[in-house]
Amino acid sequence: MDERLLTAAIVIVGVPAALVGYVLLIETILKFVPGRIAPRLRPILWLLPAMTFLGVFLVYPTIDTVRRSFMDGFSENFVGLANYEYVFNSAETLGALANNLLWIVLLTVGSVGFGLLIAVLVDRVRYESWIKAVIFLPLAISFTAAGIIWRFMYDFRPESGTLNAIVVALGGEPVGWLNDWPLNTILLIVVGVWMQVGFSMVILSAGLKSISTELLEASRVDGANEWQVFRSITFPLLLPTIAVISTTVVIIALKAFDIVYIMTNGNFGTEVLANRMYKELFNFSQFGRGSAVAIILFLAIVPVMVLNIKRFREQEAIR
Amino acid sequence: MTAPSLARPAVHRRRRGLRPSRVALHLTLLVIAVVWLIPALGLFINSFRPSADISSSGWWTALFPPFEFTFANYEEVLNRQGLDRAFINSLFITIPATILVLVVAAFAAYAFAWMDFRGKNVLFVVVVGLLVVPLQVSLIPILTLFADAGIAGTFLAVWLAHTGFGLPFAIFLLRNYMGGLPREVFESAAIDGAGPATSFFRLALPMSVPVLASLAIFQFLWVWNDLLVALVFIGPVPANQPLTVVVANLVNSQGGQWHLLTAAAFIVMILPLIVFFSLQRYFVRGITGGAVKG
Repeated sequence: MDERLLTAAIVIVGVPAALVGYVLLIETILKFVPGRIAPRLRPILWLLPAMTFLGVFLVYPTIDTVRRSFMDGFSENFVGLANYEYVFNSAETLGALANNLLWIVLLTVGSVGFGLLIAVLVDRVRYESWIKAVIFLPLAISFTAAGIIWRFMYDFRPESGTLNAIVVALGGEPVGWLNDWPLNTILLIVVGVWMQVGFSMVILSAGLKSISTELLEASRVDGANEWQVFRSITFPLLLPTIAVISTTVVIIALKAFDIVYIMTNGNFGTEVLANRMYKELFNFSQFGRGSAVAIILFLAIVPVMVLNIKRFREQEAIR
Repeated sequence: MTAPSLARPAVHRRRRGLRPSRVALHLTLLVIAVVWLIPALGLFINSFRPSADISSSGWWTALFPPFEFTFANYEEVLNRQGLDRAFINSLFITIPATILVLVVAAFAAYAFAWMDFRGKNVLFVVVVGLLVVPLQVSLIPILTLFADAGIAGTFLAVWLAHTGFGLPFAIFLLRNYMGGLPREVFESAAIDGAGPATSFFRLALPMSVPVLASLAIFQFLWVWNDLLVALVFIGPVPANQPLTVVVANLVNSQGGQWHLLTAAAFIVMILPLIVFFSLQRYFVRGITGGAVKG
């Protein structure tokens, strides 16, 4: 433990000190560099540490994974498109793909829908902050903890599983909630919704507050009821915000891993791409197939990436 | 619990009596709040019940006398299931990973915000693009890299990985905030002879404290709650495994032992909950400020 404490201390104190030293050093050196070159050299040197990290941990690995997706299980021999053929022909990966689609649709609709509903309702009461804190809470905890919380909810025995206790109390038979597809996948997505609604709610609530109250009051004075006000003023004004949240939630749905890993470990047809990839890598040592799954995941995210960049450019143009 | 600070002071609309629509509104909100709390509440209550009670009756029975609560479950997971060491490991992993990201990102964000150079916009667009790259794409190459360097399974491996994965968001959030600081401040400092280093340490950093706080909270929660990165880069080295990995293993090996799992779940959650309740304002600000992040 002592040695690790030492390493941690070195990192906590040493790395920031080293970086500060680095900047002070380059600034000192730049003083002796001819006036025309210094302004060009400076940004490169300031950006160097961060760009090195990004290069080593994101850019290089992405390229390398593309390469490996065309190689065999040990990344030794070129196999052409064999891994992709496998991915698009095996029942497991196709099932995972289908589940990811289900995740994308239901998680997005669920968390944006509930987020909007709660944001609109909570805006009208005085205990707003308390409700928000409750809804927001699951966002802070890990998927691991959430997985256990909901395994407990879905437990088969009515003596422990809250859901089955309710079913039995109403005169029914206990249900094996996580045994059959598609119910099990839908119930895993419910866990995701439980966690993500707080995110949508907070952003939508902020958007809601930025809508001018005069506008809303004016339409109410003109005789519009609450639903009409929502449909023709609030909702259209919130649409751009809803679009931003949706793209974020879509990415979360594509990357889904922990909930499935903890609650079913991908059994009973609940597997998603990230879990399939993990299994290919660590259970079957199939680096080629695992890489192909990762690249498919990446390609699915590219449209969102393009959209984000476009939106970022528009924001910058306004600045 | 401190009073949550999510809301602006309530702007009061027309005063209305308790009309049916208001009653329906309050009821709906009450139901939503209860539904949201019950899963966690049930688990919390059961984590303090003797294991015999847990297997024979539901958590709701504990709401009525006779009240029988115990710390035995917590003692067992901490002492005999190794959660005490895992908790320390989680701290060991999370704190350096958080600090690393903050310092590395701050310099880059300042350069992006206040220096002019060719290719700046292109480079920043790349950073925005990297925001959404699924970290699954980098797992195998980085694991191979770490194995070659002989650091797979160590804390250093996860520190470096989390720093790399956290950087795009950190740079994005910090640069947007720093770029919004008043230009005049930096101009007059430059006129007074302050170099970029002085402007950065004396002006940009102190003025960015709120966003640095948001970022620190995010990175802290993200690393603390992470399972996949730890699973891959720490992997089968029990001495270094953080809470999430140990608890996930516990779920796989002791799936039916609810007295252990309930207590374990709360040990994983306790620190995030404390952070959440004490620093909620910064947390919310970070979310609304970095909404493009995936």
